[in-house]
Amino acid sequence: MEALQIQHISKHYNGKTAVNDVSFSVSKGEIFGLIGPDGAGKTTILRVLTTLLLPDRGSATVDGLDVVNDYKQIRNRIGYMPGRFSLYPDLSIEENLNFFATVFNTTVEENYHLIKDIYVQIEPFKKRRAGKLSGGMKQKLALCCALIHKPVVLFLDEPTTGVDPVSRKEFWEMLKQLKQQQITIVVSTPYMDEANLCDRIALIQNGKLLSVDTPENITGSYPDTLYAIKAGNMHHLLKLLSTWDAVLSSHAFGEFAHVSFTNSNINEAEVISHLQQQGLENIDLKKITATIEDSFINLLNN
Amino acid sequence: MGQQVIKTNNLCKRFGDFIAVDNITFEVAKGEIFGFLGANGAGKTTAMRMLCGLSSPSSGTATIAGFDVYRQTEQIKKNIGYMSQKFSLYEDLTVLENISFFGGIYGLSNRQIKDKREQLIDQLGLKGEAKKLVGSIPLGWKQKLAFSIAILHEPAIVFLDEPTGGVDPLTRRQFWNMIYEAADSGITIFVTTHYMDEAEYCNRISLMVDGSIKALDTPANLKLQYKASTMDEVFYELARGAKRGD
Repeated sequence: MEALQIQHISKHYNGKTAVNDVSFSVSKGEIFGLIGPDGAGKTTILRVLTTLLLPDRGSATVDGLDVVNDYKQIRNRIGYMPGRFSLYPDLSIEENLNFFATVFNTTVEENYHLIKDIYVQIEPFKKRRAGKLSGGMKQKLALCCALIHKPVVLFLDEPTTGVDPVSRKEFWEMLKQLKQQQITIVVSTPYMDEANLCDRIALIQNGKLLSVDTPENITGSYPDTLYAIKAGNMHHLLKLLSTWDAVLSSHAFGEFAHVSFTNSNINEAEVISHLQQQGLENIDLKKITATIEDSFINLLNN
Repeated sequence: MGQQVIKTNNLCKRFGDFIAVDNITFEVAKGEIFGFLGANGAGKTTAMRMLCGLSSPSSGTATIAGFDVYRQTEQIKKNIGYMSQKFSLYEDLTVLENISFFGGIYGLSNRQIKDKREQLIDQLGLKGEAKKLVGSIPLGWKQKLAFSIAILHEPAIVFLDEPTGGVDPLTRRQFWNMIYEAADSGITIFVTTHYMDEAEYCNRISLMVDGSIKALDTPANLKLQYKASTMDEVFYELARGAKRGD
């Protein structure tokens, strides 16, 4: 069963194309990731789906309802956490939560089970004004407010941008718990490593979808044999690889370079000896499977 | 490595009862790429503001490019570059106008500005965009241009505050090539990032937790010390006990 569907959506701003003929669907209960850099069109897609923006072309449905004609019903059934903090800074934690519950004709008590695990973490500060909260606490409150009316689909626009790795892990733990409650989640992120935490993802750049599939299928369809190579002097290694004609592609990945060769059956010993002849030491080479970031770069280059 | 361009000794910043930066002591050598990591709210921004001469420390000592952070803040500002994801360039000025404007701010002569304009446009391959408003060029180009402008006056140190946030993976790597080149030319790089793969590109890393520096070493040594296979694990191990949020 589909939670939402988007067909041939395009959107332009002042002659610039933000989203270009995008189609995909999300199944009920899925965590679906929109993965791409700033300016790729992620926010525009989310705004069309949350009925805040009219597409120039194409159509979309959420929970079977049309985003243009049935926008009022859709708004009752979705939760939306925008990229920018948008709760009332002058209201306390408690007041914000009660306000959002009231707006949606419900009470905090009725759906407390949905937010309990998150809310207990900020409850000790419930009298504090939202504007005075730390970034992490604001985010938890925003998530509670987006959930309090038990939405069918939850939309999160870059919830982890600028957030440190520890807090990012915690946030994704919260999303996993929500998935258990049968809520469909659509989340955008510029962090490629978060793709693996989604059931399915759309890779997006310059308003166009590069690929839509499970993370496993996307990395599994990487076309070339990939090696991770490390050497004593990484800067030197990267420079060498970028000018060696046997190399098809080479990109820095942390302490390794991820490299593919024009000859997919290249002899590993020959690679090592070539690099040694060029003055590199402590060379480590191993065959690896592609990561989402490898796949993204590969799709960008095509 | 030779001379130390950043030296801090028991540097502290207090706001009332709150100790934002708690006795940090470290040195950074000329031409080094130094990664300044920490959880949100650990005190990185406050520490960086002191190092840039924008905020006076509560106690401790520090010199930046040989200048004192209490008394010589104007000289510090002349000898450093700064770039962040949030503020870098004027969107309503063209590429060329931005170069001229910052060149003027940094006190370059008209002759120098003219040379730099040609040099940068050429290096960055922005010939077709030179007269376009910065607001209209893609984010990746903007970030590369912002970095070039931050080192326009050939500063001793450049401070980069999450310079690659939200940038696509290819541009992120091109950006790091520019960082390597700047470091090779002798400019010291002081960089914060939330991408742990980028932490690996640094010569040394410090990791702040709740105002203090909890670890400082090369990425390889840190992984060894914390028996971790990636910097992500090292970060998690050190920062998960943090009491402060931002």
